[in-house]
Amino acid sequence: MADKPRSEPLDRRRFLKAAGLAGAGAAVASTVASGSAGAQQTPDPLITEVQDWNRYLGDGVQARPYGSPSQFEKHVVRRDVEWLTVSRESSVNFTPLHELDGIITPSGLAFERHHGGIAEIDPAKHRLMINGLVDKPLVFTMDDLKRMPGRINRAYFLECAANSGMEWRGAQLNGCQFTHGMIHNVWYTGIPLKTLLDEAGVKTSGKWIMPEGADSSAMTRSIPIEKAMKDCLVAFGMNGEALRPEQGYPVRLVVPGWEGNMWVKWLRRIEVGDEPWHAREETSKYTDLLADGRSRRFTWIMDAKSVVTNPSPQAPLKRKGPNVLTGIAWSGRGAIQRVDVTLDGGRNWTTARLDGPSMPLSMARFYLDFDWDGRELMIQSRAMDDTGYVQPTKHELRQVRGVNSIYHNNGIQTWLVRQDGEVENVEIA
Amino acid sequence: MSRLRNGLLFVALLAFALPAGAQTKKTGLGRAALAEEIAAWDIDVRPDGAGLPVGRGSVKQGEEIYLERCAACHGEFGEGAGRYPVLAGGAGTLNKENPDKTIGSFWPYASTVFDYVRRAMPFGNAQSLTPDETYALTAYMLNMNDLVKEDFELSKENFAQVQLPNAANFYDDDRETTEKAFWKANPCMKDCKPEAPRILGRARALDVTPDNKSGPRVE
Ligand code: HEC
Repeated sequence: MADKPRSEPLDRRRFLKAAGLAGAGAAVASTVASGSAGAQQTPDPLITEVQDWNRYLGDGVQARPYGSPSQFEKHVVRRDVEWLTVSRESSVNFTPLHELDGIITPSGLAFERHHGGIAEIDPAKHRLMINGLVDKPLVFTMDDLKRMPGRINRAYFLECAANSGMEWRGAQLNGCQFTHGMIHNVWYTGIPLKTLLDEAGVKTSGKWIMPEGADSSAMTRSIPIEKAMKDCLVAFGMNGEALRPEQGYPVRLVVPGWEGNMWVKWLRRIEVGDEPWHAREETSKYTDLLADGRSRRFTWIMDAKSVVTNPSPQAPLKRKGPNVLTGIAWSGRGAIQRVDVTLDGGRNWTTARLDGPSMPLSMARFYLDFDWDGRELMIQSRAMDDTGYVQPTKHELRQVRGVNSIYHNNGIQTWLVRQDGEVENVEIA
Repeated sequence: MSRLRNGLLFVALLAFALPAGAQTKKTGLGRAALAEEIAAWDIDVRPDGAGLPVGRGSVKQGEEIYLERCAACHGEFGEGAGRYPVLAGGAGTLNKENPDKTIGSFWPYASTVFDYVRRAMPFGNAQSLTPDETYALTAYMLNMNDLVKEDFELSKENFAQVQLPNAANFYDDDRETTEKAFWKANPCMKDCKPEAPRILGRARALDVTPDNKSGPRVE
């Protein structure tokens, strides 16, 4: 099936070459059509002629026993940046945020991060062990987990701590898929981790847990027992069906609001201990190196953040007149309460409209319907959560943290919309 | 703080908290884990040495194993082949423009080296090293970083004596105090900047945007 996608994303380099780098704005401004479609001179054959899909029978039921998106949506895929990592088994790809709407990420588009490739596990062969400082070390099968009382459903965002990590020193990647795409937001089905820990009986000396994965990286992290007991889930479902292999099938840990690396996939063991383990992923990685050479550790919470997904470099403006600006916001400290948007680089802000539920530790969706008169815009969004935290500017973040921390960059993103409608990732003062 | 102001559908926070407090009734699901099963999976090691297996290995032995099973990716001297992780060097770079974070310059604990190599290396053939081999490799990587001498032998007994130089430079998350300013009561809405904003940098000038071609092919 080599059909070309109908609306292939613009080839930016070719476009820039054709336009000439300097003064491109004025030269190509005329490519942006004005507002309304205008008067139709000749009848539209799409209306006056009977189309194939209008005349002939289409596929019957069961032609697509597991449905997939329209052939015209083939460009909507996860993408990676090959030069970022040395091997695809230890790598990351990115959610195409600019092609999505609402707050739920479709399972097949949720970004992937693996440290040893995707483990393919027969659920009949999967075991989950709880050991360490417990009264009774236990082994569960998937059948056991699915018989556990108290199953619940929750929507939570999962953001990699390294999301936007490339952008600390300045604008780098042209596209919100690449600058902000290490995030997804799905409905989980599972049981509270507390249920399993109570079944094993955590001793009073048990202060930390260490989830471990069954994949070839045997991922481990240390999590305080309070968080484990408060809202962590052992999840086997996402978006109403089984977890996808790349998201930890048959079972993963859900650690709401906290950095994605802790949400151990292919979860096979939970050890209870009295101290943290200082695993590689909480020492060598996922610690925040500050300007003075010292490092913050255990920076688990993902602070409030937002990004405008349309317009953005992969989704330029095509027409003057009415346009829909939209984006997403989230906070690891609570629910998103408000998102403000500026079109003039932060001089004046307008509170955007939130649509759909704004649930704690889940993505929120915002809109600003606006009229574009063809002028250059500098678009930013600023999220606020219900603890009163306001998403900082990149400058404010750097003042505290320097530029070497890699992780936890939740600074305000700027998109420059040029007069030709093309959008660039820029930094402004 | 009118929660309805934005027309939000606010789901009460409480509805999302899990049934807290008292222990839930036991279900009797699951079965007792056997000692052999726990021993097979419980391979983690902590900074205080908890979890270390019985065993020992020298820098010399480690060098041999390393050259055979690790150097192809990590380089003969831990310098990293291609873009594989660098394992040695970088001392004194942590507060510089391009910090080099290695076992010697950055990692706080030697136990992390042992634990990680034991569970995840060599890449693609994990958990294939014996405890003695893991001690030897850990000793060799410490030696590569000038932290132990060439005639050093690492064992369960002397493990806790190994201190890494950067251990004291980690501290717990303090964002709620050092970044208190980010909890702003009323962020500015009108005339927030005296001058028109200036562009400081553009992504396209750095030309690191991936081609559309580099995305996965869609069948
Ligand atoms: C096929 C290539 C390959 C081989 C062979 C290999 N490694 Fe690795 N190593 C990697 C990759 C890739 C990573 C990063 C994995 C990830 O992303 O989690 C890594 C990570 C590491 C790290 C952590 C580095 C850091 O800064 O966090 C150590 C230590 C390490 N390897 C030691 C070893 C040792 C010891 C051996 C030999 C027994 C070995 N490796 C063999 C590819 C390799």
